[in-house]
Amino acid sequence: MCDQRARMLQDQFSVCVNHVHALAVLVSTFHHYKNPSVIVQDTFAEYTARTAFERPLLSGVAYAPRVLNSEREDFERQHGGTIRTMANKEPSPHRDEYAPVIFSQETVSYLNLLDMMSGEEDRENILRARSTGKAVLTSPFKLLGSHHLGVVLTIPVYKSKLPPNASVRDRIEATAGYLGGAFDVESLVENLLGQLAGNQEIIVKVYDVTNTSDHLIMYGRQTQEGDVTREHVSRLDFGDPYRKHHMTCRYLHKAPISRTAITTAVLGYVIVILAGYMFYTGAIHIVQVEDDFDTMQQLKVRAEAADVAKSRFLATVSHEIRTPMNGILGIILDLRMLALLLDTDLSSTQRDYAQTAEACGRALITLINEVLDRAKIEAGKLELEAVPFDLRSILDDVLSLFSEKSRNKGIELAVLVSDKVPQIVMGDPGRFRQVITNLVGNSVKFTEQGHIFVQVHLAEHSKAVQDAKFESCMNGRSNGPQSKTLSGREAADDRNNWDRFKHLIADEESPFQVLTSDGNSQTVNLMVSVEDTGIGIPLHAQELVFMPFMQADSSTSRHYGGTGIGLSISKCLVELMGGQISFVSRPQIGSTFSFTAKFTRCEKNTVADLKRSLYDDLPTSFKGLKATIVDTKPVRAAVTRYHLKRLGVLVEVVNSIKTAVTGSGSCSCSGQPDMILVEKDVWLSGDDLSNIQVFGRALKSPKLILLATNVTSGELDKAKAAGFSDTLIMKPLRASMVAACLQQVLGTGKAEQGKVMANGSVYLRGLLREKKILVVDDNRVNRRVAAGALKKFGAEVECADSGKAALDLLKIPHEFDACFMDIQMPEMDGFEATRRIRMMESQVNEQQTSGSMDGCCDKQAQARKWHLPILAMTADVIQATFQECQKSGMDGYVSKPFQEENLYQEVAKFFESKPATDS
Amino acid sequence: MAAVSQLQRQFIEYATSLYNEGYLDDQFTQLQKLQDESNPDFVVEVVSLFFEDSEKLLNNLATALQQKIVDYKQVDSHVHQFKGSSSSIGAQRVTTVCVHFRNYCDEQNLDGCLRCLQQLNHEYILVRNKLEALFRLEQQILQAGGSIPMME
Repeated sequence: MCDQRARMLQDQFSVCVNHVHALAVLVSTFHHYKNPSVIVQDTFAEYTARTAFERPLLSGVAYAPRVLNSEREDFERQHGGTIRTMANKEPSPHRDEYAPVIFSQETVSYLNLLDMMSGEEDRENILRARSTGKAVLTSPFKLLGSHHLGVVLTIPVYKSKLPPNASVRDRIEATAGYLGGAFDVESLVENLLGQLAGNQEIIVKVYDVTNTSDHLIMYGRQTQEGDVTREHVSRLDFGDPYRKHHMTCRYLHKAPISRTAITTAVLGYVIVILAGYMFYTGAIHIVQVEDDFDTMQQLKVRAEAADVAKSRFLATVSHEIRTPMNGILGIILDLRMLALLLDTDLSSTQRDYAQTAEACGRALITLINEVLDRAKIEAGKLELEAVPFDLRSILDDVLSLFSEKSRNKGIELAVLVSDKVPQIVMGDPGRFRQVITNLVGNSVKFTEQGHIFVQVHLAEHSKAVQDAKFESCMNGRSNGPQSKTLSGREAADDRNNWDRFKHLIADEESPFQVLTSDGNSQTVNLMVSVEDTGIGIPLHAQELVFMPFMQADSSTSRHYGGTGIGLSISKCLVELMGGQISFVSRPQIGSTFSFTAKFTRCEKNTVADLKRSLYDDLPTSFKGLKATIVDTKPVRAAVTRYHLKRLGVLVEVVNSIKTAVTGSGSCSCSGQPDMILVEKDVWLSGDDLSNIQVFGRALKSPKLILLATNVTSGELDKAKAAGFSDTLIMKPLRASMVAACLQQVLGTGKAEQGKVMANGSVYLRGLLREKKILVVDDNRVNRRVAAGALKKFGAEVECADSGKAALDLLKIPHEFDACFMDIQMPEMDGFEATRRIRMMESQVNEQQTSGSMDGCCDKQAQARKWHLPILAMTADVIQATFQECQKSGMDGYVSKPFQEENLYQEVAKFFESKPATDS
Repeated sequence: MAAVSQLQRQFIEYATSLYNEGYLDDQFTQLQKLQDESNPDFVVEVVSLFFEDSEKLLNNLATALQQKIVDYKQVDSHVHQFKGSSSSIGAQRVTTVCVHFRNYCDEQNLDGCLRCLQQLNHEYILVRNKLEALFRLEQQILQAGGSIPMME
């Protein structure tokens, strides 16, 4: 605190001294070096007054030139006054030299022409200043014109610039005058210190201690007061090495510490600490939260990466396991083969081992495939195909997979596809089948009695009906769930009963045109539901259903087996197909799973092409036949009708055999039915038995067919006795199976029993016989297979192994009736070859036309326009390829490796549409 | 006669297993359907062609992939051939490997191609052995005076 004050004073002091130095330079420059001088008293006074702020500690400055006695007279004349002494201001007595003030600041104007050397202190100062060339200070004394203590500062002014090492004599010689200033230490220091806080508490004294034994006070009172014990001493350096000063500071009061001060201080500290702590913890908290967030972010990224990695790993591992597993299975089979070939039959134990190993292997592969699927989906690798397919035949296939199991359990298994659903849609048949198989498989697994019912409707239609149904429900038209479902058992989703169902199939009386005529939009939204009357899903497990590896509880998996991965895969697949899957389930009543899926409509022309090839091998020989279904359960009857309608059979439904008998007589418009189909339970429940017998005897012609899920041998005998000698159709119903049975019943050829396709084949054989066909393929295996297939149906086949060879063979005129063209061939591909063939043909045709014009009306030439039917053989059945085929002038395509039916259908279409190719 | 029926049963079992394991697919059934009295050796004939072609193609592929600068177009056309002929006889697993192989060709992935070639070799030998075993069995049935059962 004392040091601080000392330093302040010292700094101010040296600033002042520096400025006086500057003044000295000013005087020497403008007064002595200039001749005549440009400084007069007025200039000096004004300049010093205006720069007074630069010298806050100086009360005033003045300049006195060195005047020798010899120059006194000139000087006094020049300045119009006499040199006077400082003490009494009388004219100065005779001296060797004088230092009369000629310029002075206004504050010290009384110094004018006073001889500075007349004062004791000043003289000493002047002498010392001019011999050292530095600013020097006097010891403190009472200043002239005031009662304050002060010191006088003197700075010499030389006539010429002196080297720094000039001797004392040189300096005295060169001296021109002295610039002096008075430090009014007392008042000015007072001012300075006054600006500092708490100065009243502190006593400051400034001493001149040049004489160590006698300290001269410059500022402060001499009296000893205040706390001497706590005195601080600081050195002051005012720039004059000869003089030494110091400052003492002491407190005015002893230990001026008050209670309030302490408490305030303590409180202050506490508050500061508390606030600090708050800031600190706040800051720490923010930092922590930020850190946590960062960590979480990193963890999330890592977790996601890990998830993908896991899926990849699963995919890889599953694949890696699958390959050797297949190998092992192969070996097991080979072992059995080997034993067989060596004629050493395996013992029953060995056979059992082998079978067990095989079964286990199969189960493992199934699991691996499931895991692989799921992993593929998760890794985003699974891509859906977009190929045309017939979903009705897929559903039939799925049903046939489970027919054995459902029959053994006595469950009614049925499928019904709305007529509004197009015959052929574009999508991924494999994945669609997988989802259906999974759902039906689950239902079969968990259902012991009742029914499993698969329905496919257009989503929009289904929804509209549902809304309509809701209204009718509100009107109270619903009357109990009994006999409203397929088997009559209550189902979980009671919206699915007959009341709604009849609306769904209501407008389906109109036949198949519906599906193509209302096809404005390209997407087909399907709503598929699988309803069962099984054990249902416990409420607590319902939300876990679509989680992988979750079954209702562990006892479920013990009892029913399975991994529980199927539904989660189905969910993924359904989502990939642009749909959603959901379910309604009531424990002990059953579950209804439904999902939607988006497919695209086939372009119309391709539908026409495809229908023949993909529309499964249903024979057309039943078209126009009439059938009467005797069934009391409307839903079940609808299913039977659906399958019969697919075969082109006209159907009437009645609910008793009696009605069937009488109805067939009364309703003359439809005429007599060709067949009557009776459900087993209707037959068993009623006393209609006699009716049947009567009916059977009375009208021989209608065939009686019994429909059943299962029959005992006793029942079978009874049925035979009752007149159902014709046949029994075992459910689940499938169109192709029904067709086979009808064929048998209606006697369209006992010999061809089980060979439903034979009809078509024979027909096609007729078409192809003697036809000359060119097969173009660079792959000789393919060539051989294609040729073999065509030859089998009586065609005469020639082969070409490249597009060029084909062109050579097809030079007009040629004998070929058709050409099968591979697309991807080296050098010239199928498209190019076809384009060239067409070019050749058009050239010839043009010549012919012009020729015929010339020869007027040459009918024969006009009739024979060259256009060789060219069918592409391609492995990828995608839309783009079809279009490309058409663009290059092909007439159609067959998929490769070609299937018998597909091939003939395609050929048949062609020869059919142009029956008179060769007249 | 009992021996014949057992052979026939074994034949069906073995053939079924080949379908189930995915060695063969429906196309092979189609092939069998094409065989009749007028064309009694059709299947063996076609399959022998397939064996010949396959061995040639496998050799060509091995050579093509050993070149300093691999001509992937060339490789791809070989694989295309292989794919065509294998799918024509219904050697499903060979076809599948070919599909992967062509993907690697597109990517010009030499490692992948080499791996696929190895796998192709492996699958080809497997299916060849299986088919040969099947034919041997057929011969045995025929020698024993039986007829080859039709697969459904």
